[in-house]
Amino acid sequence: VRIALFITCLADALYPDVGRATVTLLERLGHEVAFPTGQTCCGQMHVNTGYQPEALPLVRHFVETFEPYEAIVAPSGSCVGSVRHQHGMVARGQGDEKLAQRAEAIAERTYELSELLVDVLGVDDVGAYYPHRVTYHPTCHSLRLLRVGDKPLRLLRHVRGMTLIELPDADQCCGFGGTFALKNAETSTAMLADKMRNVLDTGAEAVSAGDSSCLMHIGGGLSRLRSGTQTIHLAEILASTDAPARTAPARATESRPAASNPDEQATASRRTPATTGGTPA
Amino acid sequence: MTATFLGVPAPRGVGHLRGDESFPAAAHGALANTQLRRNLGHATAVIRAKRAAVVAECADWEELRLAGEALKRATMARLDEHLERLEREVTARGGTVHWARDANDANAIVTRLVQATGENEVVKVKSMATQEIGLNEALEAAGITAYETDLAELIVQLGHDKPSHILVPAIHRNRAEIREIFLREMPGVDPELTAEPRRLAMAARAYLRRTFLRAKVGISGANFGVADTGTLLVVESEGNGRMCLTLPETLITVMGIEKVVPTWQDLEVFLQLLPRSSTGERMNPYTSAWTGVTPGDGPQAFHLVLLDNGRTATLGDELGRDALHCIKCSACMNVCPVYERTGGHAYGSVYPGPIGAVLSPQLTGVEDNASLPYASSLCGACFDACPVRIDIPSILVRLRARHVEEVRATHRIPSPEAVAMAAASWTMSSPRRFAAAEKATRLGRVLGRKSGRIGALPPPLSAWTGSRDLPRPPTETFREWWVGHVPAKPSHTAARSPEASEPDVADSERDGKR
Repeated sequence: VRIALFITCLADALYPDVGRATVTLLERLGHEVAFPTGQTCCGQMHVNTGYQPEALPLVRHFVETFEPYEAIVAPSGSCVGSVRHQHGMVARGQGDEKLAQRAEAIAERTYELSELLVDVLGVDDVGAYYPHRVTYHPTCHSLRLLRVGDKPLRLLRHVRGMTLIELPDADQCCGFGGTFALKNAETSTAMLADKMRNVLDTGAEAVSAGDSSCLMHIGGGLSRLRSGTQTIHLAEILASTDAPARTAPARATESRPAASNPDEQATASRRTPATTGGTPA
Repeated sequence: MTATFLGVPAPRGVGHLRGDESFPAAAHGALANTQLRRNLGHATAVIRAKRAAVVAECADWEELRLAGEALKRATMARLDEHLERLEREVTARGGTVHWARDANDANAIVTRLVQATGENEVVKVKSMATQEIGLNEALEAAGITAYETDLAELIVQLGHDKPSHILVPAIHRNRAEIREIFLREMPGVDPELTAEPRRLAMAARAYLRRTFLRAKVGISGANFGVADTGTLLVVESEGNGRMCLTLPETLITVMGIEKVVPTWQDLEVFLQLLPRSSTGERMNPYTSAWTGVTPGDGPQAFHLVLLDNGRTATLGDELGRDALHCIKCSACMNVCPVYERTGGHAYGSVYPGPIGAVLSPQLTGVEDNASLPYASSLCGACFDACPVRIDIPSILVRLRARHVEEVRATHRIPSPEAVAMAAASWTMSSPRRFAAAEKATRLGRVLGRKSGRIGALPPPLSAWTGSRDLPRPPTETFREWWVGHVPAKPSHTAARSPEASEPDVADSERDGKR
């Protein structure tokens, strides 16, 4: 299947490893990945902050960019949730019924990563190897907007070498909520504190999720505490194999080997698609 | 949206739909209140678990929710007809119906009715509508004492406090605090009172019994008003409601117009949904229903006050109007991660939590409760818990848009946020501009060079970095990496066939540890 990757603006700019891992994984499973280079952002931040007229050009741009593709995947439950639940509503609310219908047609073939793997491609063992203790935060929009259910966990349970530790109160929000984290920073932080307590209680080396935004939030808190617990996107675990380690997982804190040149690292990972069996520590 | 203008917002200066400060400001104090955080965290966790257990017993729970939603939607579509039917039936059975446009109207009507009896005290059944309009204060101003008889409402009233939850209004209090309030405020209380729940309840019971037997006027709200027969219903747990509804000579019921249901058959659905969602019980202990006046049995005078107070205005928004479907069960606040941490007072209105965040701004007009639609991370737990499937997250987003539109229409100079949003929209609707902006974020690499993390940024991003680090921007965006990416050759067999992989140490280790 030829799959168009919607990388999401956040992963594109701040978490490119997540995109590399998604490409690596899908290609390893024998699929062709296309990256429509005209893509930008789904517009969720605008919609959720109340700026629907400003979201309209982003919705239109998304529709025009992805309309030619038969399957679209994003490594984000939240952005797929926006495509599926908001794009039609925004277009219709701004009086563009035709765009709304086009957006809704595209939404039907836009999938979050675990949905694509389990529902469309029919795999739950992707042949991954990740020898670490990991706990999984299911993220609100994957859980309650997309209803991905246990699909991510089914994928993770097949990862060899990994110890998957159940996260207490996993279905509780981490407190991110987009601009909520800024407008209600204190309440957001109070929610984050409980999420971090639950993560740390598991003793896991890393907390994983299917959304870079939630991981940025949880990871930002864990980093501030110098907890030593890392964040890693679901795609990065699933892309990992027992082939020699190439890059380390995404983390709130950038760490690099002493005296290494970041540009060299980037070039190296460009030559060799990421295999991320490395230690998260 | 049509241009038809049907209703007016609830008036300012009366009732309890507006707070003194914005949600973030009020939350600031609440979050620092250790006692409140502990009491709420414990209480909501207990109710959540109880609800989950009794909901899981119902194989047809989702069908019940769908039925509840459909019944409410159908009822609201013909609200005027159902209300007129209710009025006819109540009147035909000896009751009197009064129409109150707003809180001032309703307070004046009830005050006049009490004064006509010559009494100067009333007993009250727990009622959100009378809290909403500030009836107790209005009665007090007229020299009439209102006694709350629900245990939790009594605690709130004796503590000169405000309710912080629609079902358990004293949820922010623990038993030690309740004991102190009783010792300080309850006339004739045993000075040896302990904080044992049974002793506290007995103290309240002794105090209230004297009041029940003395009072000549009862005031209630209503959970349902059945249009078909003119019957009003109150569901409760303590029996205080039954006392107030049967012992006094005069009964005055204040009911929001959205509480009407067309027929008794509708109660089949709602009386299953409500107790399981609210108290986590299969059935509530007391369900009282009364129809007009029955000679020689119960109150001999019955008045029904139908309250609008912003409800008709709320009906004007075709998405937002669903907030009126609320049956006041409080399941949404019990599952809300924001409510659990801030408590109800932070919302400023008697309707707190997720439903309050969509109901209060619509009753008052968004500008009077502008911070409430933003008091949510849009996690969606409320929608899942709602027994009548009110899509609260979508209404929150809708109200945010209404607020932004109102600000846009009334302010000449756009807010810094509006400027930023417009700039982001312009940037992100062009891949060229977006790529350039991404490159610009790489300037952020000057930060956090030593630690590998960004720990402090100027406002408004300081709201983030006050408690959370940010990662340094990477040396290369994904789209830059893609340019040099050489795709693996597509094949239709997985590079690694799972079946072929031998079970290894790691597998058994994982199974053993789980």
